[in-house]
Amino acid sequence: MILNIRFTQASFGKKILYTFFQLLLVTYAVAVLYPVLNMFVSSFKSTREIFLNPFSLPTEWRFENYAKVWKSGGFGIYFLNSIIITSISIAMVILFGSMAANGVSRYTYKMRLVVYLAFLSGIVLPLKAAIIPLFLLMRNLHLTNSRLGLILIFTAMGLPSTVFILAGFMRGIPKELEYAARIDGCNDLMIYRHVIMPLSMSSITLVTIYNIVPIWNDFFFPLVFISSENKRTLPLGVASFFGQYQIAWDLIFAALSIAIIPMIIIYVFMSKYFIKGMTAGAVKG
Amino acid sequence: MQSTLHKPAFNKYRFLWVLFFVMPGLIIVSVVIIYPLFASLLNSLYSWNGFERQAFVGLENFKSLFTKFPYNQRVPNALMNNLKWFFSAMLIQNVFGLLFGYLLSRNIKGHEIYKRLFFMPVLLPIIAVGFLWKLYYNPQFGMFTKIFELLGLARYSQAWLGNAETATYAIIIMNIWRWIGFPTLVFLAALDNIPEDCLESAHLDGASEWKIFSKISFPLIIPSIMVITVLTLIGSINVFEQVYSMAGLDGSPNYATDTLGTLFYRTAFGSQASTIPVVSIGSALSVIIYFLCLIFSVASIVFFQSKEVEL
Repeated sequence: MILNIRFTQASFGKKILYTFFQLLLVTYAVAVLYPVLNMFVSSFKSTREIFLNPFSLPTEWRFENYAKVWKSGGFGIYFLNSIIITSISIAMVILFGSMAANGVSRYTYKMRLVVYLAFLSGIVLPLKAAIIPLFLLMRNLHLTNSRLGLILIFTAMGLPSTVFILAGFMRGIPKELEYAARIDGCNDLMIYRHVIMPLSMSSITLVTIYNIVPIWNDFFFPLVFISSENKRTLPLGVASFFGQYQIAWDLIFAALSIAIIPMIIIYVFMSKYFIKGMTAGAVKG
Repeated sequence: MQSTLHKPAFNKYRFLWVLFFVMPGLIIVSVVIIYPLFASLLNSLYSWNGFERQAFVGLENFKSLFTKFPYNQRVPNALMNNLKWFFSAMLIQNVFGLLFGYLLSRNIKGHEIYKRLFFMPVLLPIIAVGFLWKLYYNPQFGMFTKIFELLGLARYSQAWLGNAETATYAIIIMNIWRWIGFPTLVFLAALDNIPEDCLESAHLDGASEWKIFSKISFPLIIPSIMVITVLTLIGSINVFEQVYSMAGLDGSPNYATDTLGTLFYRTAFGSQASTIPVVSIGSALSVIIYFLCLIFSVASIVFFQSKEVEL
């Protein structure tokens, strides 16, 4: 590519500029990496050592920090809750979202635009601001302090963008494929299952990642709805743990590592999908 | 309808099929999103006793928001902080995001690594990152304090989160660290989408690098700039977890870091300092948050649409 930044053929002024930019990028890369690295290393130290030698490696790797946080800190339960709640919510978002996108993009009928707009209403307006009526509603349905209640909210939270992205994709699937399937005797459900869904797999992956991150990380709704300790999700668990163990920095660093490191490990292996998925709402094509 | 000629006529139950596909999602969205949206509009027009709705009071709650203590002080204070969030994000996060995106799009050495690295914090839970940075900001033992000491700048070091002047910015810096990869990658994708021959012909015609950027690349990525502006606006209005984790629900010190999000949460559900939930005022606040989101998004879309350039 002719416009790649090249160092060797550049003029002196440009060389200085490129060096400056390269330095900026390297500095920022360190600034991104180091706080996370320091957290992970500190999680194996004792609090005293963290205070005295914040930048050194631990003299003795204290794995028991993790054992404490996982067992008596309750993080084993929080982790499990987060996994259960996130996976069921995502399954529901993908199932109902793809069905709705199919119903909105593959059929023409009078109310189509109204239905589509109903789904889209959740994109611009923040659901957080509707928390009072939502709380009263969930209380009347006896769904406060329940995992099911959270799953319902997360499903609703994920549907608007999912329908938007999937409907955009499904609209482009040629009608002829559908007609051919009909002639072969497929009904609408079979067409959805055996024609539309397999062809939409790439966008389904995208949408899954787009939803999984905010749902896994969400703190606000568990904060409002969950009061029992054994129903806490990971982010809520981190918050309550932080409040309880203010001065035990070793345990806090271990708890934060449990909340942060798994995501990074998955990201290392799937960074391409994450980057594409997370920016899906903001990038065309 | 000439297309019926080609269409197989198996569509007797079309309407039922549409219902079948659309209904589950529509019911969930209606109950959990649309109903509460309208209900909070309605709730803001009533007086409340705890969680029980009382008499219709018209716009009284909105009036109290701007005239009654403590709201008449908290609301402007919170709004100011949300503005700080927005402008800092636009000036630092999005400008550097654009610079980074540009450098990466020009395949600067190491661009693949930078791209993946800068985006990594975007995936991390805000609440955990906030607590982590709170430890780092600790005036006695925090990493930043120690770094200042190492650099011989100890006298410039201070309790960044304890000082009302710096607290909001200290939180904003954490959030920029967390989020800068997002605008970077959105701008990168937009810049990569510009047809290469456009840029090459300008280059061969002897246009300077700055000229190519300002006259060709920049106008062509205005749609992405618009998207990022709207997302920054909505994000700035909805700041909550960042302040909650680093300064608490009351926006300490002395409400210096309070935002609409924390103020709204305190009003709606109470906190240690102001214990009783006030649903009437809370609903009025939520309506204001909606309108801000809506007005600003529409305004910036209209503003940018007039500047959009098509190839």
